[in-house]
Amino acid sequence: MSAVGTIGPRISGAARKLPTWPVYLVGMVPGGFLIWAALTGGLGFDPVNKLELELGLLSLQFLLGSLLISPLLRFGRVNLIKFRKALGLLAFGYLVLHFLVWLLLDLQLRWGQIGADIVKRPYLTVGFAAFLMLVPLAATSWQGAIRRMSSQAWARLHRLVYPAAILGCVHFIMQEKVWTAESLAYLAAAILLVGSRLAWIRRW
Amino acid sequence: GSIAGGMGLGAWAQEALVPNEWDAITSYNNFYEFGTDKSDPVQNAGDMVTSPWKVTVDGLVDNPGDYDLADLIGDIPTEERIYRFRCVEAWSMVIPWNGFELNKLLAKVGVKADAKFVAFETAVLPDVMEGVNYPFLDWPYREGLRLDEAMHPLTIMATGIYGRPIPNQNGAPMRLVVPWKYGFKSIKSIVRISLVEEQPYATWQATNPREYGFYSNVNPEVDHPRWSQATERVVGSGLFGGRIDTLPFNGYADQVASLYDGMDLRENF
Repeated sequence: MSAVGTIGPRISGAARKLPTWPVYLVGMVPGGFLIWAALTGGLGFDPVNKLELELGLLSLQFLLGSLLISPLLRFGRVNLIKFRKALGLLAFGYLVLHFLVWLLLDLQLRWGQIGADIVKRPYLTVGFAAFLMLVPLAATSWQGAIRRMSSQAWARLHRLVYPAAILGCVHFIMQEKVWTAESLAYLAAAILLVGSRLAWIRRW
Repeated sequence: GSIAGGMGLGAWAQEALVPNEWDAITSYNNFYEFGTDKSDPVQNAGDMVTSPWKVTVDGLVDNPGDYDLADLIGDIPTEERIYRFRCVEAWSMVIPWNGFELNKLLAKVGVKADAKFVAFETAVLPDVMEGVNYPFLDWPYREGLRLDEAMHPLTIMATGIYGRPIPNQNGAPMRLVVPWKYGFKSIKSIVRISLVEEQPYATWQATNPREYGFYSNVNPEVDHPRWSQATERVVGSGLFGGRIDTLPFNGYADQVASLYDGMDLRENF
């Protein structure tokens, strides 16, 4: 076995010994800094917009991170599966905060505009759809849910993360006035990660 | 700069408006030549040399030519105008500009009778403007006004803010300010002014004609296809500061609505 071939199992072995709670803790650090900055005037002159954007980006980053776990195992023999749930839940947590900032601080509960915007504005419709797709995934993220649903049904349900990730990146692109390399890179990463599933998922 | 700023400004100065602080006005900018983030222009615009500055005046004018800016506007007295500034992205500020009515500059160069529009162009300086090396907009940035809009006393050329020379990131050495239109109409760092007969090219309109019109008057009833224009975030109001209703023509309807009598403002957005 080559040196490269042993790296995967070695990382997997080290990961096996680690608990998962530090992932939650470390994952909350950027959000903590962000909220601290928001409360102390560190987000500039349009803090609501900045907070909204950064929370959305954190959500996308953790979501894409969670999508990286399976390809790492399939193609790199690196087993980090035990951390996947933490990444997914962190992504969902940041998404909820992103949504709440929009609702409470940005739109300030102007329900008329909120409803009309979600229906009329494609970028909001797309973002909201991604949010709705992730709700059942977060709701069935506990161990017992897998047993109750049968692992097959659970796995199929959790494929909703694929369209959700793509729609999330599309939502990011659509709220910009011009194409930027950053937002396109997110979408490219999402497409690549979701597309990699074609290599092993035979029946959709 | 004092709020009153000059004489006889009561009608335009809008003394009830409280200007944003200098730091907000000069570090939260859209100037895509220097990058697409709001913080890019303040970080990247410092190397732009604005003196001397050439401005080409051409088209249907009596005195066309390549002017040194100081020769073109040096003898026009400036005054303070405290204006609302409403971005198409649904945020707003209040800015105490120093400048002069565009009609004074146009009177100097002499507008010929058949001119119907004014076209403007921003500098393209690849050495100091990172953005113009990428084709996400068709550089140079260009904008235009109908001649009656350009002649309107609310329309100014700004050369200062708070009584200080206008910073590079805000469009030094001279920019347009049309307070009843979305901010992108107020073109920055102008190097060309052309009097023309046909409606001129406008960058955002050309980039996405479905989303940006030539007129781009602030209008809470005509939404941007991707977001509502009914309300706006008040920049500088903090985390809980809020959102206010957007006013027709950005609050200048009494002065400018008559320019558009008989026009369908949904059609001509």
